[in-house]
Amino acid sequence: MMASIVATELTRTFGAFTAVDHISFSVEEGEIFGFLGANGAGKTTAMRMLCGLLSPSGGQATVAGYDIAKRPEMVKRNIGYMSQKFSLYEDLTVGENIVFYGGIYGLSRNTIRSKTAEMLEKLGLNEVRDTMIRDLPLGWKQKIAFSTAIIHEPQIVFLDEPTGGVDPVTRRQFWDLIYEAADNGVTIFVTTHYMDEAEYCNRISIMVDGRIDAMGTPEALKQQFAANSMDEVFVRLARPSAVK
Amino acid sequence: MAAISIQQLSRSYGEVQALKSVSLEVEPGELFGLIGPDGAGKTTLIRILATLLLPGDGHAEVLGYDVVNQYREIRKKMGYMPGKFSLYYDLTILENINLFATIFGTTLEENYDLIRDIYSQIEPFKHRRAGNLSGGMKQKLALSCALIHAPEVLFLDEPTTGVDAVSRREFWEMLRKLRDRGITILVSTPYMDEASLCDRVALIQNGNILQIDTPENIVGSFKSDLYAVKADQTWKLLKDLRAYEWAASVFAFGESVHYTDKRSDFEPSGLAEYLQAGGNSGVRISPIKPGIEDCFMALMN
Repeated sequence: MMASIVATELTRTFGAFTAVDHISFSVEEGEIFGFLGANGAGKTTAMRMLCGLLSPSGGQATVAGYDIAKRPEMVKRNIGYMSQKFSLYEDLTVGENIVFYGGIYGLSRNTIRSKTAEMLEKLGLNEVRDTMIRDLPLGWKQKIAFSTAIIHEPQIVFLDEPTGGVDPVTRRQFWDLIYEAADNGVTIFVTTHYMDEAEYCNRISIMVDGRIDAMGTPEALKQQFAANSMDEVFVRLARPSAVK
Repeated sequence: MAAISIQQLSRSYGEVQALKSVSLEVEPGELFGLIGPDGAGKTTLIRILATLLLPGDGHAEVLGYDVVNQYREIRKKMGYMPGKFSLYYDLTILENINLFATIFGTTLEENYDLIRDIYSQIEPFKHRRAGNLSGGMKQKLALSCALIHAPEVLFLDEPTTGVDAVSRREFWEMLRKLRDRGITILVSTPYMDEASLCDRVALIQNGNILQIDTPENIVGSFKSDLYAVKADQTWKLLKDLRAYEWAASVFAFGESVHYTDKRSDFEPSGLAEYLQAGGNSGVRISPIKPGIEDCFMALMN
């Protein structure tokens, strides 16, 4: 197996504040890696560096085989990204959004056409191709956003709280898409505040105050912290930093 | 008299019906939860009660005052924390609190006791501008400002959305303390697990209330026998369970899959055999008690 992400002593400071403090980890191809931590622990900063959007202050990382500091543009081409806050243009139709993202990633018109047909068929959303995104239920938007984020067949997709506020049935349907993509070899890097979703990951890391304080399979972490659930593991680790 | 009384309340935005003839009552001193996903109508309902939005049809009263004709009375006696942080970014913590206190004709000193638990956690940073606060601190400041005039009823619109599991837990502890002081609290949340922290909840979806009751009664009214099924490979297990001819519902729940069967004489051993024959290893099936999320999904259908 090849590693999709390798971070070594990755660090980022803002003035005197160290947001990410010498974190090291690697994520294997096709792995679902849960990136957890309390608000303010440094998750977003770490994720921005791994996506090639923010340069590190120290240490290094490769994503999809490219150094994030030296070749950030190649990193961006080879990853997908989706967040709950922004992913699709509300005032474009489903079809227009797909064409837009396909174009940004440099796909040919023919590829975009066949990809669009394939995607809408798979999601069972053929009838909404010409519907504005804003007129769709949130659950549908999420599915389209995810499929659009991997339209250029990236090695890795970063999902930043993809299921926040989504109803419980749709949330589970969304995880079906994640499992399926991982089965097809796409590496999944995901953040979430739902602790039951942490259990769906192959491995999890938990950030506390800029460091990775725990990493392992959900089963191993529960054993290590003598906890019954990931929620308990999380509370034990994150409490020191959360009492601010 | 109920602290909040809503009768057949409806509200539309253009063609979208955000609330569809909703009725509910909240008793004085109750911690009442509106539980539902985005788009359920939670914010619309809270904004109508907070007299920020006019109802379409129906009637609503807060503390006995009509939300349309007597909104001034309600505003004096309610605290409101919107879903989006809405304080002044370029004022400090202390300046924001003093501003709200002054508007309501009171002072921080006068009501210090009420907000002490919450405010003391951010007081060391009282000269820091609100724009430079972490999410958790903003949340505590917003709650302090909503409480500064000692309101009788508190409306909180998704105060814990996007907040990590630990901070959420602490926020709920604060709410329960406020409830114990007699303040009526109506709080909305998309997190199903928070329902158990409320006295009563309304489960809400697509503008309709699915059920109103205590968390215990909602869980108690779950109609089927629920089983937790585990196997070494969860994704394979999920697919195989869905393909099982007798499966009534199959939902992933963390490390196990929650399962109900169509048969009244269901025996777990038959299901275990089916799963093992399909190549699943480490199969374990045990009966479990449903949670609010199980109930919500059952009611959605």
